[in-house]
Formats: sequence, C-alpha cells, structure tokens
Amino acid sequence: MIYLDNAATSWPKPPEVLKAMENVLEQAGGNPGRSGHRLSIAAARVVYDTREDIAQLFNCPDPLRVIFTANATYALNLGLYGVLKAGDHVVTSSMEHNAVLRPLRDLEKQDVKLTVVPCASDGTLNLKEFEKAVKQGTRLVVMVQASNVSGTIMPIANVAKIAHRAGALLLVDAAQSAGVLPIDIQAMGIDLLAFTGHKGPLGPTGIGALVIGKNVDTSQITPLVRGGTGSQSEKQEQPEFLPDKFESGTPNVVGIAGLGAGIRFIQKKGVKSIWEHEKHLIKTLREGLSPISGIKVYGSTNPDESVGIVSFTVRNKTVSEIGQRLDEEFGIMTRVGLHCAPAAHQTIGSFPEGTVRLAPGVFTTTDEIQQTLKAIAKVAQS
Amino acid sequence: MSDGVILFHTTAMAMKAEKALTRAGYQVTLVPTPRQFSSDCGIAVRFAVVSKETVIEVMTKNDVEIAGLHEL
Repeated sequence: MIYLDNAATSWPKPPEVLKAMENVLEQAGGNPGRSGHRLSIAAARVVYDTREDIAQLFNCPDPLRVIFTANATYALNLGLYGVLKAGDHVVTSSMEHNAVLRPLRDLEKQDVKLTVVPCASDGTLNLKEFEKAVKQGTRLVVMVQASNVSGTIMPIANVAKIAHRAGALLLVDAAQSAGVLPIDIQAMGIDLLAFTGHKGPLGPTGIGALVIGKNVDTSQITPLVRGGTGSQSEKQEQPEFLPDKFESGTPNVVGIAGLGAGIRFIQKKGVKSIWEHEKHLIKTLREGLSPISGIKVYGSTNPDESVGIVSFTVRNKTVSEIGQRLDEEFGIMTRVGLHCAPAAHQTIGSFPEGTVRLAPGVFTTTDEIQQTLKAIAKVAQS
Repeated sequence: MSDGVILFHTTAMAMKAEKALTRAGYQVTLVPTPRQFSSDCGIAVRFAVVSKETVIEVMTKNDVEIAGLHEL
C-alpha cells in the first residue's frame, strides 16, 4: 500500500499524536475555560500548550492571537467575512481553492469588489500583474501559499510588500504549506494565516487555526460565530478580547491535543528537512514521469517553487481510470479530478477533466516513488 | 504572609500568566475565580504575596493583561 494523498490529509500520523489524543480524554477530560476544577484546568493547559506550539511554528509573538477553528476553510471564512465589508476591494489569484473563491463569490453579491489576478499555466504569479491589480485602499489580499493542484509556491513575502504599500491586509491560505514550508509570519509580512491541522502538521481532522499578526487591529474583524466563551458570563454581548472574541463554544480539545503533538513531531524533525525530503521526492517523480509517452506533467519545474504535489494527465485516458487502476492493481492511493479548485485547473489547462494528483508526505520513501513510477508507466501504456 | 489572586478576562490569559510567573520563580496555583471578585466562570492565579508590584511587573513584561488583583 502506497499512500500518495497527503495533500487531502496526511497519513499515517505519528504515534505521539494518537497517544496525546488518548491521554487528553483519559487525564484531562474537563471543559477548558468553563470550570475551575483540576480536569478543567488540565484541559485548558493542553489547549494553551498547543497555542504556544502553533505560535512558535509560525513565529507569532502572542499565543492568544492563535484562533482555533475546525479547519482551514473555517479559518479562511473567518478572515474573509471578518474583514470584508460592502464596498471593500479584495485581490486574489486564479490558483485559489474553493475555500477562498466560494466565500469571495458570495461576498461579491454583498457588494465586495473582487479582482482575480490570472496566473501562468505553471501556476506561478506574475508580480507585475498582481501589483497592477492592487489599488490604494484595497482592503485585503488573499492568496494561497502553495497550490493544492500543482504544488506551485506563491512569492508571499513580495505579495505582502505590495499589499502593505496599498494599505491592504494579507490573508494567506497555508492549507498545503503549513508544516511543510518554513513560515515566519513576521518576516514574511503575513497578517492572517489560515491552516488546517490534518495535513502538514500531522494532526487529526477537525482542527485548524487562524493566526493573527501583531499589527492587525482585531476590533475591525467581526466573528463568524458568537456564543459562550467561559468569560464575561454576566454580559449578553460577545467579548472583544482574544481569543474569546473568535472562539465560541467548547473547542475540539482532543483535536487540539493531537495537533500539538503533531507540531512537536515536525519541529523535532525540522520543517526545513521535511521540505528537503519532499523536494527530493517531487524531483524524482517529475524526472520519472516526463519520459512516459502521452503524459503531461503540470506545475513549475523549479524545485524551489513547489511543495510535495505533482499533477499529471495521460493522453486518451481519463483521470478516474488512472486513479482506479493505481489503487486496485498497485495499491497506490492518489486523488483525481478537480480537487475543489476549478479556477486552478482552468489556469493550468486541465479543466474540466482535472488531473491525477500525487502527494507524497513526510513518511513517503524513495522506493515507494520508484514503484509508483513503474505503475504509472504500465497504466499509461495499456 | 497572605495570598493574592490575579483575575483575567480569559482562561488563555490565565495560562499565559501561570507560565510567566513560574518561569520567574513564583509558586502559583490555578484556582476557580473567587465569586466575590468576579462573576466570571473562569480560573484565577493564586500566589503568595511578597510584593504585588513585582508580580505586576512580570505580567507587564510578558504581555499579560490582568482583570484584577486582590488579596485574600
């Protein structure tokens, strides 16, 4: 069995993650921040420790600016609906996932002005084109850090400079880059970072976060959900302080415990070494795929410009047939189709058919990549 | 020597304070917020009062916002 669907969710998880989730249920089973007894405090400690782990991973100076969410989609929705008001202008790229584009298309109906900057067919962003789209007074730039279709990495630090010159905030979709690429929100100028725990950070599903930079005025961001926070219980209005303003209802403590353990695992391994490993696997994949007759490989050929994702198609074969044969005949798990990113597929020229996506992860070996290449060559020829 | 309690707006801040004070060498415990000081359902940090000023200094230095400090 070869698992190459880490861009959908990483698998397997480190044993430490499973252990942490079991431990929290067994030994810290109270409701964090609601009561004052030992089990409640134990749960609150687990939640806070993971806030610190996340803050450290992304160099966020204040753990209270880590807002737990269910996933990257929720974090992106919080950033988009929280910041954008009627009349605001927002700029994005044509490589975005529907987690960004669907909220933006909805916000357009609420009189938010949207500019989508077209990217090149390898998924790369032309900074000059982008700069032309950002106007003085643009409220927000929202951009994926690494495409879930082609793996292409966006020049986020330069995007931040252009956004800030115009007075705009930068919201980054780090669903595919968190835990895989080194991210320093202060050095890169990221104001809002949305990520999910179950991909690169090796945590379970159902937990993610929006990390808010130090310079962001959170009084200008409205919450998506309001409710009980365990604080200011005498008031019927939502508190303004962080993280409570944006975190109503009992959090996913088990998920948070798993996410913390996942982050500590990747920190121990080193995010940079994980990226080097994935770069090596992607290079091997690209080199092995390109000579196969009838194959088309998408994305940037520059290894520094891509995370561990490769998309391909084969002439005269449907992607679903390729995916099914890889699974049934070779035990290789991939994801085929449009990957919830129709705009990205339009950009790279694979719409509406989609691609076969190979997404190795931290535990994928070179040997597994070699076996996969042999299997794809066989499927492509017969 | 009496004990003091520090109140916070949010549990996350109480956690931050506990860590900061422990790092600074204080013996602290987390306790349920005494009802006479606040109607909050959260937790407070209890500490042995030597000097309120130095405790506040640790809080300020570590960017910990407090909602109140009381002697028991």
